[in-house]
Amino acid sequence: MEREAMEFDVVIVGGGPSGLACAIRLRQLAAESGHDLSVCLIDKGSEIGAHILSGAVIEPRALNELLPDWKDRGAPLNTLVGTDRFLFLTETRAIRFPTPPQMHNEGNYIVSLGNVCRWLAQQAEALGVDIYPGFAAAEVLYHDDGSVKGVATGDMGRHKDGSEGPNFAPGMELHAKQTIFAEGVRGSLTKTLFARFKLREGVDPQVFGLGVKELWEVRPEKYQQGLVTHTVGWPMDSKTYGGSFCYHLEDNLVAIGFVTGLNYENPYLSPFEEMQRFKTHPAIRDTFEGGRRVSYGARAISAGGFQSIPKLSFPGGLLVGDTAGFLNVPKIKGTHTAMKSGMTAAESVFELLRAENEPGKEAVDYPHRLKNTWLWDELYRVRNIKPSFHWGLWPAMAYGALDTYVLRGKAPWTLHHHPDHEALKPAAQCREIVYPKPDGVLTFDRLSSVFLSNTNHEEDQPCHLTLHDDTVPTRLNLAVYAGPEQRYCPAGVYEFVEEAGQQQLRINAQNCVHCKTCDIKDPSQNINWVTPEGGGGPNYPNM
Amino acid sequence: MAGIAIPHVTYANLEDEMKILVAVKRAIDYNVKARPKSDGTGVDLANVKMSMNPFDEIAVEEAIRLQEAGKAGEIVVVSVGTAACQETLRTAMAMGADRGILVQSDDEVQPLAVAKLLKAIVDKEQPGLVILGKQAIDDDSNQTGQMLAGLLGWGQGTFAAKVEIGDGSANVKREVDGGIQTIALKLPLVVTADLRLNEPRYVKLPNIMKAKKKPLDTVTPADLGVDIAPRLKLLKVTEPPARAGGVKVADVNELVAKLRNEAKVI
Repeated sequence: MEREAMEFDVVIVGGGPSGLACAIRLRQLAAESGHDLSVCLIDKGSEIGAHILSGAVIEPRALNELLPDWKDRGAPLNTLVGTDRFLFLTETRAIRFPTPPQMHNEGNYIVSLGNVCRWLAQQAEALGVDIYPGFAAAEVLYHDDGSVKGVATGDMGRHKDGSEGPNFAPGMELHAKQTIFAEGVRGSLTKTLFARFKLREGVDPQVFGLGVKELWEVRPEKYQQGLVTHTVGWPMDSKTYGGSFCYHLEDNLVAIGFVTGLNYENPYLSPFEEMQRFKTHPAIRDTFEGGRRVSYGARAISAGGFQSIPKLSFPGGLLVGDTAGFLNVPKIKGTHTAMKSGMTAAESVFELLRAENEPGKEAVDYPHRLKNTWLWDELYRVRNIKPSFHWGLWPAMAYGALDTYVLRGKAPWTLHHHPDHEALKPAAQCREIVYPKPDGVLTFDRLSSVFLSNTNHEEDQPCHLTLHDDTVPTRLNLAVYAGPEQRYCPAGVYEFVEEAGQQQLRINAQNCVHCKTCDIKDPSQNINWVTPEGGGGPNYPNM
Repeated sequence: MAGIAIPHVTYANLEDEMKILVAVKRAIDYNVKARPKSDGTGVDLANVKMSMNPFDEIAVEEAIRLQEAGKAGEIVVVSVGTAACQETLRTAMAMGADRGILVQSDDEVQPLAVAKLLKAIVDKEQPGLVILGKQAIDDDSNQTGQMLAGLLGWGQGTFAAKVEIGDGSANVKREVDGGIQTIALKLPLVVTADLRLNEPRYVKLPNIMKAKKKPLDTVTPADLGVDIAPRLKLLKVTEPPARAGGVKVADVNELVAKLRNEAKVI
């Protein structure tokens, strides 16, 4: 098939904090040195910010370095963290614990990360970055020597069966001397790069959490701008990793979310329903009474930290941000590290292209540069906290205190991770969890929730949730694990329905909020998430 | 002008052919659930995805198809609103329109004001055909096209499902209740696009780049000598009442009792 091609010096895949920071830094360096270079950034969302979902409390450290005058430029960082609470919940009580040092938030801001990205995109465009939202990078392109040549955007206008519709438009090839993958957690192209360049060899598997988030407009008397609350404990049992966040932004808006570790064992567990149930806790529900829910969304989180960082460079390209996985788990922040990785990658790429203006080279000094930044040190010190939760909440809390206060992150050992998809136990060995029915006021079902994420996909297109083997859902997932996909999916994409006397999996792909959980948690890794037509997916406002 | 190629038409013969003016509105995206502000003064649009009104996209597509069929020359797109509407005009130009005009105003513009502004642009540009969406999906007014035709004294083919341009005239198939009505009209003419007129094309990436370089002029209502003061007063915007869930009744007696005592319909 003939595709048109466009040439750039650098192509960036993904318009989140890491990709945008990388684009901005590249154009800053070009302007400072007078060595011009063209930068193109594409994103599968309908606009920049449409697919961004985060808590979010952000540490402005990287932003201070990138755009020191961000305040004057109108960055949407308006709410400084005020009171900071850390609660342990039992079913009926909330016990206030001292806030762990990593979680201290002096000087940090409560933001909508989507809005921060919208603003970063404006800064990048003003610096001459070509930004094209609505175009999904569907394929990595290679030179004959095996180095990365660029990416191709997905075809538009194919029917469900793959045939070309009346408005069919083939994808575009975007060629670049360096292609930077900033796809976010569990990037679908990054996954293929891991395999092709063996980037995960010798490092721990990546591990994940699923964050389910709602945005509420609460009654003025329940609102306290700058209030930050985190909880551990109920409704998770002590063996399951999970916790909540609740942030009071501006204008009576409160973000509330629950993160469930995707290494949970019980296939009956439903992260979506844990979030709904969590809101009914006596210490939590009061804030939301009389308020209204204005938005909903979900996204997987890379939680492996230091020991799960893959090889970051390969001929023709680099990984930045959470597609590599730079989240600081105990700090529950990753925006500053994502941005820092993007900025550092920009510096390496710029130096490389200035010295050798050729395609397909490897920016080998990027990981070395990164090792000399605060990012590396920060992630190294906290590397043992998350894996210690494998022992359960209380041993982990004890270990965390020892590691943080006594060893100060310098323990002579490193704890390891196990892949999330191997953690599920057969349903027969587990207790069935019965969740309370939604009341439609404080707690909701999946469909009314997805409605608030403004998600849409053109219905007549090939399904973007592909199965390696069509028989696995019924034969293995349903038979052994009681169909976990219908519970872990926070958007109601997967349903088992009876057809001709047999249970069959139905995939409602148009509901997909692009959280990537199915690609991560499917027990036999049978689900492969690929990009749908560009512009599809959620349209998150203020998330 | 050498080197600038527009699909199927070159600038040389644009001037002899009928110019088309297309009006486009920047509206809340059709995928977004509109949410009234808590004080009822309007819909909350803060950081909400905005797009070209879908019916206007159909109008732009129709103009491009007429141009591609050799029935029309230059396509001029016009939008009325804030500076952000430039993005909407660029989208229309990425689809294939040749140039844009923004009538910039930060104030509220109601359908009558838009119709007057468009008339002023028509007087200046002298198109042979004006295509608009039949209505915008935000306020659902369905007035601008009709009022523009009235102000111009032109014929109007509203709710168009098909447009056939002949020599000095046009046949427009209209979507009316229960069927399709075909009318013959003289040019110049105002057409408003209905859903089935066409299916707009996907915008291609290189065309977005090219659209950045197409001409876009900005004028103000004052430049055009048009008073845009609102004639309608918005009283309140509220969410439609939530639908109560259904209930199962045990028998006919209970149903009748509920209809009589609760629903009070019998």
